Amino acid sequence: MSVEAPPRTEDLFPTDAEYRRLLDRRTRRARLFQAMCLLALTTAVVALATLVYTIVNESFGWVAIVNAREPEEVVADLGYDPAEVSLADVPYDDLVGLLESTIPTGVGRRLEREQRFYEDRLVFEAAASWDALCASEQAPSGCTAPPRDHANVLALVEERVIVPDVIASYDLVPSLLDPDGFTRRLEEGFAAGRFPDVDIDSVHIEWRNWFNPRFLRTPASSIPEIAGIRTAILGSAWLVLITIGFAVPVGVGAAIYLVEYAKPSRLNDFIQTNIYNLAGVPSIVYGMLGLAILVRALEPVTSGAIFTTGPPPSDNGRTILAAGITLGLLTLPVVIISAQEALTAVPNSLRNAALGLGATRWQMVRSHVLPVAMPGILTGSILAVARAIGETAPLILVGAASFITVDPTGPFSKFTALPIQIFQWTSYPQEEFRNIAAAASLALLVLLLVLNAGAVLLRNRYTRKARW
Amino acid sequence: MSTEGTAPNPFRRRARPGELAIQGFLFVCGALSIAITVGILYELGKESYLFFADERVSVVDFLTSTVWQPQAGRFGIWPLVLGTLMISLIAMAVAGPLGLLSAIYLSEYASPRVRAFFKPVLEVLTGIPTVVYGFFALTFMTPLLRSVFGANVVGFFNVASAGIVVGILILPLISSLAEDALSAVPDSLRQGAYALGASKFDVSLRVVLPAALSGIAAGFVVALSRAVGETMVVTLAAGAAPRNFVLGQDSLFGYVLNPFQSAQAMTGYIAITASGDLSYNSVDYNSIFAVGLTLFFMTLGLNWLSRRFVQRFRQEYE
Repeated sequence: MSVEAPPRTEDLFPTDAEYRRLLDRRTRRARLFQAMCLLALTTAVVALATLVYTIVNESFGWVAIVNAREPEEVVADLGYDPAEVSLADVPYDDLVGLLESTIPTGVGRRLEREQRFYEDRLVFEAAASWDALCASEQAPSGCTAPPRDHANVLALVEERVIVPDVIASYDLVPSLLDPDGFTRRLEEGFAAGRFPDVDIDSVHIEWRNWFNPRFLRTPASSIPEIAGIRTAILGSAWLVLITIGFAVPVGVGAAIYLVEYAKPSRLNDFIQTNIYNLAGVPSIVYGMLGLAILVRALEPVTSGAIFTTGPPPSDNGRTILAAGITLGLLTLPVVIISAQEALTAVPNSLRNAALGLGATRWQMVRSHVLPVAMPGILTGSILAVARAIGETAPLILVGAASFITVDPTGPFSKFTALPIQIFQWTSYPQEEFRNIAAAASLALLVLLLVLNAGAVLLRNRYTRKARW
Repeated sequence: MSTEGTAPNPFRRRARPGELAIQGFLFVCGALSIAITVGILYELGKESYLFFADERVSVVDFLTSTVWQPQAGRFGIWPLVLGTLMISLIAMAVAGPLGLLSAIYLSEYASPRVRAFFKPVLEVLTGIPTVVYGFFALTFMTPLLRSVFGANVVGFFNVASAGIVVGILILPLISSLAEDALSAVPDSLRQGAYALGASKFDVSLRVVLPAALSGIAAGFVVALSRAVGETMVVTLAAGAAPRNFVLGQDSLFGYVLNPFQSAQAMTGYIAITASGDLSYNSVDYNSIFAVGLTLFFMTLGLNWLSRRFVQRFRQEYE
C-alpha cells in the first residue's frame, strides 16, 4: 500500500519570480484604473469649465462698428460743443426734438403709444385721436405707463438716429493672444470685398464689454449693439417673487403635514409617492399645464379681468402671474422634499419635550420644530427657486413674449425673462446676437452663483451651530 | 380608569378650532400635489382626446406611422421618439462612464480635501440653466464637431452636438447620485475586504461597486429621464425638422440613425410649436398635448423604474 506524497509547496504557490510578475500586474491594473477615474473627473470638470469659458469668451472682445450718423456730429448739430458734451449729456428735450426731426411720424406714433414722452403733452400723436384711442377697448400701454426717462430716450436716439452696426467681432481669447489679428482680418476682409457698402474710414474699432452696466440697464432692442436686459431682469424678478410667494408657504405647509401630522395611511403614502413622481416630471409638461389651466381656463384671473370693472390690465392670460404660478408648481415638489428632509433632521426629543409639557401639536411645530429646521428649509427653498429662475421651457409654453421694451408694472403685465431672452438671441443667426446672448447668460450665471453661495453659506453657518 | 358617566371629565380633550383649521390648511397643501397630478393628467388627456377625435388623426397612425408632418396631416410619433431616443442615448454614452468613474474617484480615491472641493463645484454646476447649455451647444460643440468631422458631414443642426451637450448637462447629476450610492456602502465592507488582502482596486470594483449597484442604476435611470425631458439644448441644437423615415427603404445608418444630421425631439416639437403663433383648438395646439402625454408617460415609467431599483435591490446594512 503506497502513500501518496503530499504536493510540494512549490507547486501550490507561485515562485518568487512569478509572484512578483503577478503583483506587478495587479499594481499596474490598479494604477490604470485609478488614472482612468481621475481622467474621467478631469474630463467632466474640463467640459463644464469649457461651458463657462465659451460664455466669457463671447462676452468681451474687439468689434468693428459703423454708425449711420456719428454721435459727435449729432451733438454738434444740436448746438453743443462735441469736445465738451457727449451724447449722453444732452438734455431730455433736445433728444426728443432730435427724434421728432429724424424718425418718420408713423414710427414715432408707435413709440408714443408704447410709452409717451411727456406727462402733459404729446409729441407725435394728435391730442384728439389719442384720447379716443385711450378710451377704446384696445388702449395701448402708453395710456397708463409712466413717461419715458432720459436713459430710455437716449437708447431710442442710439437705435433710431446713430444706428451702430457691428460689422465684425472678435472673441476675448483671440483678442488677448493676438491683439493685431482683428485689424489684420478686417483689412483682409475689406481687400476681399466682404464689406461692399462700408467705407473703411468710417469703421470704429473698439474694445467691447458686451456685459456692462449699460447692458443691464437698457431695455431690449432689435439692434444688438444697444440691446439690454433691463426688462428681462425685471420680468425674472417678478417671476421669482410670485414663485417664492406661492411655492414656499405651500411647500413648507405640505412638508409639515407629511412629517408632523400624517399617520401612515394609504392616502398619505400616495401623496408622498406622488410628490416624488412630480419632482421627476419634465419642466415642459408643467408649462403645458400652465398653458391649459392658468393661461386658458383661468384667463379671467390671470389677465386680471375679474379684479377690475374697466378694461382688463392684459388682453390675455399670458401674464407674469400665470408664468409665476407655473414656475411655483414646478418648484413645489423640490421645496416639499427639501423641507421634509430639514424637518426629519430635527431630533424627536425636542418634539417629545414640547408635547410632554402639554403643548398642542401646532404649538410644538411652531415654536420648537420650525425654528430648528428653518435654516435647512431656507437653503432648500433658495436652491429650488434658483432652479426656477433658469427654467425656460415652461415660460415658452405659457407665452413669454420675446420682444418687450416696456418694464413690467405688475403681476398682470406681459413679460419677458432672462432665459427667454437668451433663448431668442441664441436662435438668431447674426454673430452679434451670440455676443449679447453670452452676456445675458453671464448675468444669469452671476445671479445664480450669488443665490447658490448664499444658500451654501446659510447651510454652513447653521450646521456648525446646531448640535444636540 | 373609566371615563364613562354623566359628570364632565376635566381631562377631556378640548375642542381647538384653531388647531383643526391649521391642520386642515396643511392637509390642503399636501393634497395640492395630487391636484397637480390630476390637473396634468386631465389636461393632457383632454387635449389628446380632442387631438385623436380630429378626423385627420388616428390612434393607430400615431403609434405606428414613421412620418410626422403636421402640415400634411400626418401624425406618426416615431420620428419624434427617434430624435429623443438618439439624443438621450448619446447623452448616456457620454455621461454614464464619465459620471460613474468620477464618482468612484470621489468616493474611493480622493482625499477629503479634494472631495470637499469637487462636490460643491459639481453641485453648483447642476444648477446652470439648460438654455445656457443650449447656447454652448450652438457656439462651441457644433463648430467643434464640424471642424473635426467636416462641415459637409455634420449639419449645422445635428443630433450629436445636442446629445453630447445633454450628456455634459446630466454628468453632474449622475456623478453626484452615484457618489451618494457609493458613500452609503458601509465602511465595514471595505475593511473586511482589506483584511482579506484586497487592494483598493479590488475593493472599489468588486466590493463597493456591486454593493452600490442598485443606487447607481437608479441614478442612471433618473439621469436618462432628465435627458428625455430636456428641452432647451434639444430645441436649439438638434434642429426643427422631424426625421421622417420609411423602414426598409431609407438607409439605416446613412439616414435613420445618422447622428450628424438634424432630428427634432418630442420636447423640441412642443417648444417650437408653442413659441409660434398658436391658436387654441387647432390640431397643432392639440398635437403638442398628445406628444406631451407620450413624454409624460415615458418619464413616469423611467422614474417608477428607478424607484423599483432602489426598493428591490437595496441591500440592508445594519
